[in-house]
Amino acid sequence: MTVPARRPPPLRRRRGPDRDRRLTGLPGFYLTVMRTAVAVQFQYRTANYAYMIGMVVEPVIYLVVWARVAGAQGGAVDGITAGKFAAYYIVWTLVRNMNIVFTPFGWEERIRQGRLSAMLVRPVHPIHYDLAYFAGWKVVVVLLWLPIAAVLTLIFRPTFDVSALEVLVFLVAIWGAYLIRSMLLWVLGMVTFWTTRVSALYDIYFTAELLLSGRLVPLALLPAWAVTVADVLPFKYSFGYPIEVLAGDLSTRELLTGLAAQAGWIAAGALLVAAVWRVGVRRYSAVGG
Amino acid sequence: MTQASTAVQVAGLRKAFRVAEREAGLRASVRSLVRRQYRDVLAVAGISFTVAAGEVVGFLGPNGAGKTTTLKMLSGLLFPTGGEVLVLGHLPSRREHAYLRRITLVMGNRNQLQWDIPALDSFEMSRAIYRIPSAEFRRIRDELVELLEIGDQVRKPVRTLSLGERMKAEVAGALLHRPEVLFLDEPTIGLDVTMQKRLRAFLAEYNRRYAATILLTSHYMADVEALCKRVVVIDAGAIRYDGGLRELSTRYTRQQTLTVAVGESAPDLSGYGEVLSTDGGRVSIRVAKAETSQVAARLLRDHAITDLTITDPPVEDVIEHLFAAGTPAP
Repeated sequence: MTVPARRPPPLRRRRGPDRDRRLTGLPGFYLTVMRTAVAVQFQYRTANYAYMIGMVVEPVIYLVVWARVAGAQGGAVDGITAGKFAAYYIVWTLVRNMNIVFTPFGWEERIRQGRLSAMLVRPVHPIHYDLAYFAGWKVVVVLLWLPIAAVLTLIFRPTFDVSALEVLVFLVAIWGAYLIRSMLLWVLGMVTFWTTRVSALYDIYFTAELLLSGRLVPLALLPAWAVTVADVLPFKYSFGYPIEVLAGDLSTRELLTGLAAQAGWIAAGALLVAAVWRVGVRRYSAVGG
Repeated sequence: MTQASTAVQVAGLRKAFRVAEREAGLRASVRSLVRRQYRDVLAVAGISFTVAAGEVVGFLGPNGAGKTTTLKMLSGLLFPTGGEVLVLGHLPSRREHAYLRRITLVMGNRNQLQWDIPALDSFEMSRAIYRIPSAEFRRIRDELVELLEIGDQVRKPVRTLSLGERMKAEVAGALLHRPEVLFLDEPTIGLDVTMQKRLRAFLAEYNRRYAATILLTSHYMADVEALCKRVVVIDAGAIRYDGGLRELSTRYTRQQTLTVAVGESAPDLSGYGEVLSTDGGRVSIRVAKAETSQVAARLLRDHAITDLTITDPPVEDVIEHLFAAGTPAP
């Protein structure tokens, strides 16, 4: 028996105004890649939830420990109450998700499997693809984060004292944090151009970041010398600073100098990315991909 | 050095790689930690050729001959060690966006398509990357989908497609910006015969319709025979032959096959040449090309021949002979 050949239906036409008339060039590219990232992530809803739950375990452990310590010390540790700890670690979960960027592991795979070659023959810098893709991914993650944040709030009863300015600065700072970490890990990932493997370096970076960013413990609880070190390194501006904006008691001056520091690190990161990329791609093109 | 009708100009192009080497085993592995040994490998050893706009050229050669390295230098993925390359008036190694918008590189095992979503969504991304106006994009996309017969496949997540379907979708994605020069590295690798034929027919049509220049490498002679009037044979980084595919056979064929039909039972014809096969009354004999007409005349004189055909060996055999003989470049 033969099955009659079926002609596939015509391809769908987009409704509404032509997108090109609204957004062209790089912004148009960002929008399309972000849409693609959302489409990809929606394919894996269960995996996304499993990932989110895994990500919440870490701050909940910190939170339970610090809440117990605060309780044992009469309700506060260095002036941070259990409610403040709860606020810190609930905001932590959102900032941590904003911190998910293209990692050096991805770089290793990209170079080993030759995917970078495919990207190099396209007329757009690959960093734009990574920035746009992970930004799109955040849309999905934030949607999934909302119910988790609600549950954490009901259980741990955080204390928030937030002004409109703080909310505004926070909304900018979380994207600043995203850009800083993206640039730094891109630079680290590009070491793969020379070494093929970069995981060991990433482990060192990760340890330093864990201690000096405010991820493991709020920076206010570190010794004075460690706070000074953290102030001159970028890690704090991709983690502790945005959390403090919403969950801490920063003055207006501290809020704005934090944003300025973020802008400085973004600029430094961009320059570093451009410089290392230039040399690295030349090397990659010399040895083959 | 570019002319209006010349798409690719290559002069004295060289590429050397520095390769780390060590013996097998743990001891050699530990030794290489302290003192690593390198060897310089000349992958492309000063080749020169030009390709006219709209021409389809096949790069032939054994594995490691330098074909893919050459394509990578032409597309801007590799910096040449020496020599000059100009494609469409651009220096490929600069990888200017204006250049990359005019070319495409398809490598059999490197994918541009997103694995988890339908190819249609990846095509949208290409639209954004190449800044193709929406109306034009839809027209080209629909045309490619129709030509490649992938109307159903482009709606499924790419990971669910067969290798052949994926390859066709890759090719469609690589041509959305309507490149003027196509670098195709083993475009039909791993595909079944039907799929290979469709892809070949499509590439021939694309070349005809848009006067696109195509440089392709392939291990399948059928690809080359179907698409390329001209071939460049590379071996050990050097050009061994550059010219017409038909002339390649004429120039390098040393032997021909005579097939004769001699009634119901074939006599012993081993005195005329090397008997390749006997099938009922049909006998195939391999003879030196210079003696073909003489042997044919003798056969016709000595036997009651009802049919006689003379054929050249397959191009694969000619090329194999070319590599084996170490024939210098003409």
